[in-house]
Amino acid sequence: MRKLALILFLGLFSGGAWSAGGSADLMDAQVDVSNEASLQRGANLFANNCMGCHSAKYVRWNALPEALGIPMTMVEESLVYGSYTPGDTINAAMRPEDAADWFGAPPPDLSLTARSRGADWVYTYLNSFYQDPDASIGWNNTLLANSSMPHVLWRLQGVPEARYEESHGELQVAGIRVPEGQQGIMTEDEYHQATRDITNFMAFMAEPVRAKRQEMGVWVIGFLVIFTVLAWFMKREYWRDIH
Amino acid sequence: MSDATTKAQGGVLGWIDARFPLTKMWNEHIGEYYAPRNFNIWYYFGSLALFVLVNQLLTGIWLTMNYNPSAAGAFDSIEYIMRDVEYGWLIRYMHSTGASAFFVVVYLHMFRALLYGSYQKPRELIWVFGMIIYLLLMAEAFMGYLLPWGQMSYWGAQVIISLFGAIPGIGEELALWIRGDYNISGVTLNRFFALHVVALPLALVGLVVFHILALHEVGSNNPDGVDIKKNKDQSGKPKDGIPFHPYYTVKDTFGLGVFLIFFSAVVFFAPEMGGLFLEAPNFEPANPLQTPEHIAPVWYFTAFYSILRAIPDKFGGVLAMGLAIFLLFLLPWIDRGRVRSIRYRGLGHKINLALFAVAFVCLSYLGLRAPSEVYFGLTVTTWAQIWTVVYFGFFAFLFTYTAFGFERTKPVPERVTD
Repeated sequence: MRKLALILFLGLFSGGAWSAGGSADLMDAQVDVSNEASLQRGANLFANNCMGCHSAKYVRWNALPEALGIPMTMVEESLVYGSYTPGDTINAAMRPEDAADWFGAPPPDLSLTARSRGADWVYTYLNSFYQDPDASIGWNNTLLANSSMPHVLWRLQGVPEARYEESHGELQVAGIRVPEGQQGIMTEDEYHQATRDITNFMAFMAEPVRAKRQEMGVWVIGFLVIFTVLAWFMKREYWRDIH
Repeated sequence: MSDATTKAQGGVLGWIDARFPLTKMWNEHIGEYYAPRNFNIWYYFGSLALFVLVNQLLTGIWLTMNYNPSAAGAFDSIEYIMRDVEYGWLIRYMHSTGASAFFVVVYLHMFRALLYGSYQKPRELIWVFGMIIYLLLMAEAFMGYLLPWGQMSYWGAQVIISLFGAIPGIGEELALWIRGDYNISGVTLNRFFALHVVALPLALVGLVVFHILALHEVGSNNPDGVDIKKNKDQSGKPKDGIPFHPYYTVKDTFGLGVFLIFFSAVVFFAPEMGGLFLEAPNFEPANPLQTPEHIAPVWYFTAFYSILRAIPDKFGGVLAMGLAIFLLFLLPWIDRGRVRSIRYRGLGHKINLALFAVAFVCLSYLGLRAPSEVYFGLTVTTWAQIWTVVYFGFFAFLFTYTAFGFERTKPVPERVTD
């Protein structure tokens, strides 16, 4: 009975893996929101490449210093453009009306994308752009077909092309590759790291407290283990006269 | 009056006891409530359910302080709580994890009653009150899930309320009456908020009181299913009974510690529980114009959702789902046996109950998957149909072998065995 209870209990508490959903062919972003250096690089890349069009309307500038391990003055100098107060949230430079005109739809707010789509999805998406002369904006994406987002990071990665494979008698996009002579300023590994840093920063934005809660959790559970051991000794002492 | 004054001790307690039955109530329900001494691990989940209820009430009150129950502001206010309210994230995760934890402990608590026949005479009313609590808990969880106003909140509610629409004749009118609008809207959100934070918690707390009063009236069952009140010593105390306090208060404190370790592991390290406790699409604001790819209820409803999907006809599915819950209410009268504990019941019953538990777990799993997925050559729908038959078969077999005397039970001991 005792064993059965334990199995049921653990079973109900460990069900995560089988319902996580999502596609099996996503790349692994290896998110680590306690890595301050990665968050700093990610914030820098995000400010320079994403914030022109995308907002992060739930994220306040003054939430950044603690998580990134940098002073507020540095946030102001290297990340913020234009006038602002520290309590402001991250807004896009582009006006929503223009966005609708230029891209058909305003680019989505990125505060929670790493949670609603998943960090691995974001990382894979950033590594799935390819040049597509048929698309209206000249770019396409193997993960999200006909996504109306251009390959903003092409200077870093280069200009990838689609890699085709034949299946069921038709040529289908099977992946991307950066051809000789079209490379960007980064090697393949450097680009993976850069997109990983952006993803990491977006995972932080989606849940700013993530690193802190994990740190706190260790102390809370440590306390509870001691408490439970003491409670067990107390129970044994009281129950001495029963059995 | 004279009686009360002579019994009263001095001091503050005496002063209160002369005016309010404080000591009397304490003794009746805690200090001199004699519980069987052989409770095992299954008996932790009752007090844990009470603890989780208190957790939900307290964290809920604090969430209400910063939550904005409007279609325009609900989603933003949740993110405000998560980011800008001091420890708002902790309160919110305790509440969202608490909701799932509530069902975990309640399902284990209910299974305990099935194992040891705790629903049998004279504890039918305890079981019925418990079932009403379970039903209210489902309503409470369903309405609470709409409040974050995410995509899954919105579309989950849309799907579940539309089930009422399947009832012939009054269905559409009924669904409209529940929503207060032609679609889920701010109107629906407001009424669900009112019911979630005031009406249902009040009813829940009241029924928990009834549940415990009924229990203390007839006394607790135990893993041997024997009646400890049949064997009393000279002073009238059951020989196999021990006072709830201090014995079970210290034991339950230990159990609470173990539970809190698991609970905190989820709150601090996996608050989404891989999408089981907080579903990913719910981090996108509700959008009435865009249906998510795959709408699934939260895990604690998926067993019944599977039964619903297993029946090809929509109204038939709704009926089957309702029947699956209603039959549980009738359990004390379906089981005609007089041996309570699984320890002394027939092999057939052991197999029947084990299959019922497996069916519930399998149906819960299947309800999370898309109907067209294939396992071992059969689709999710086919598997759900098989396990639905097993689920209902439990009640049919149980009635048959107990009402017609086919069950070969073992002799029940006079006293508890361990």
